[in-house]
Amino acid sequence: MELEKLRHGTDLIKRGFAKMQKGGVIMDVTNPEQAKIAEEAGAVAVMALQAVPADIRKAGGVARMADPKIIAAIIETVTIPVMAKARIGHFVEAEILQALGVDMVDESEVLTPADNLYHIDKIDFTVPFVCGARNLGEALRRINEGASMIRTKGEAGTGDVSEAVRHMKQIMGEIRELSGKTKEELIMVARNIEAPIELVLETAKMQRLPVVNFAAGGVATPADAALMMRLGADGVFVGSGIFKAENPDRMAVAIVEAVNNFDKPDVLAEISKGIGAGMKGISIDTIPKEATLQTRGW
Amino acid sequence: MVIPTRFLFFVNGLIMRIGVIAIQGNVSEHVDALTRALAERGEYADIVTIKHSGIVPTCDAVVLPGGESTTLGRLMVREGIADEIKEAAGRSVPILGTCAGLILLAREGDMQVKKTQQHLLSLMDTKVNRNAFGRQRESFEAQLEVKVLDSSYNAVFIRAPAIVEWGDDVRVLARIGDFVVAAEQGNVLALAFHPELTDDMRLHQYFLDRVFGRQGASCQDYLRLPGCRGNSLDMG
Repeated sequence: MELEKLRHGTDLIKRGFAKMQKGGVIMDVTNPEQAKIAEEAGAVAVMALQAVPADIRKAGGVARMADPKIIAAIIETVTIPVMAKARIGHFVEAEILQALGVDMVDESEVLTPADNLYHIDKIDFTVPFVCGARNLGEALRRINEGASMIRTKGEAGTGDVSEAVRHMKQIMGEIRELSGKTKEELIMVARNIEAPIELVLETAKMQRLPVVNFAAGGVATPADAALMMRLGADGVFVGSGIFKAENPDRMAVAIVEAVNNFDKPDVLAEISKGIGAGMKGISIDTIPKEATLQTRGW
Repeated sequence: MVIPTRFLFFVNGLIMRIGVIAIQGNVSEHVDALTRALAERGEYADIVTIKHSGIVPTCDAVVLPGGESTTLGRLMVREGIADEIKEAAGRSVPILGTCAGLILLAREGDMQVKKTQQHLLSLMDTKVNRNAFGRQRESFEAQLEVKVLDSSYNAVFIRAPAIVEWGDDVRVLARIGDFVVAAEQGNVLALAFHPELTDDMRLHQYFLDRVFGRQGASCQDYLRLPGCRGNSLDMG
């Protein structure tokens, strides 16, 4: 076979990669040792970061792409896919991550946005992107820009799952509302939620987002992870929830098993026993609105 | 338990059960693809998803979908499914493994596989490379010549593995360069790519030909099995 006949970075391949993650847990890690723990626990992928969101939140200042040295070391260590975050709109950070061999780029509100008007044009990238969303319009705008995977924004680094719940219910509810609508009504919906008509029609027909939809932002316990799966998530991102927990190794295994047994309360009870305290966290209603991360991006 | 013969014939003689391992990965796509392929051939089968032990022994065919092999292998052992699949293979139940499935079916892996102490089912006399073609940016689509198909096939490779060594009992079905990307050994069929992601159902049909081809044997299996497939089974 001639190598030039191989087609790279097609939609099918980028969306297909996201599909391979379904039913899995993707864990934030900041060094190769943590990446090893995540892989050992059964994570489907790791997100390589300079600091977990809870620490980014505490530190304040401008949060940027992680040091490529950390990312390269993590890529070297594990066999599972490695993802990394780029700032919203910072297409050069994304290109650097692609050059490093990162398997998926998270254009993330956890980092300080580099562009206050535009997200990255993700279509021409060979690697797939995941983007955060709070509602259907936001999700479909990201997909239109080329995102191959959507995740709820939640409120990262808080250990408070309530915002992730709100965003997941919002998206699922809006999708349900599309059913039974005529084409002209769907076109009106597209106008109202500022999303492309074709994607609204496709979502209405499929009764789900056209790409994989994960939960993220505040998941801190096995029960939180199972809750998000029950609400219809295809899988779960856990950020600070593992390595800010009292016993990260056990928390990591427990969350993986919880996602596989999300609809079995008796099994979840066993899984949740004696795994040590979850991250301390901060309740969402003590955070001033201007300090929330979810309002970054549009 | 006494089951009327008539009923036994109904569940066994007519309705095949195909189990899709549903721990993680491209599960719903395989279920959809099997449903489409069955509709194409005008046949019916009961398709069940499997996350826990106890269901594989009731299946007439098993599909190991794509996903992350490291994760799948770990959870299959933890949930007790791995041994059940080996037992089913021993009874000549047709097995299809795609992508991660091709790794799990192998006898031996490369360093990437070994360093995670990956559990392999050893159902094929093959040695595999976990990410033979590279990382996600190297993932590709290509027109592939597959021995059992009459024209080329658009194959989707995602961080795909490949077979790099194989025994005499393994029949090579497709290659890319030196890598074997489709092969079969007895009742086991392994594909490095994802037939469930495209509309071309020919490879699912090839698999279903084997499934329906051994319909007679299924009744024999039934009599040897503990439990009854007519019971309400936990499909969770």
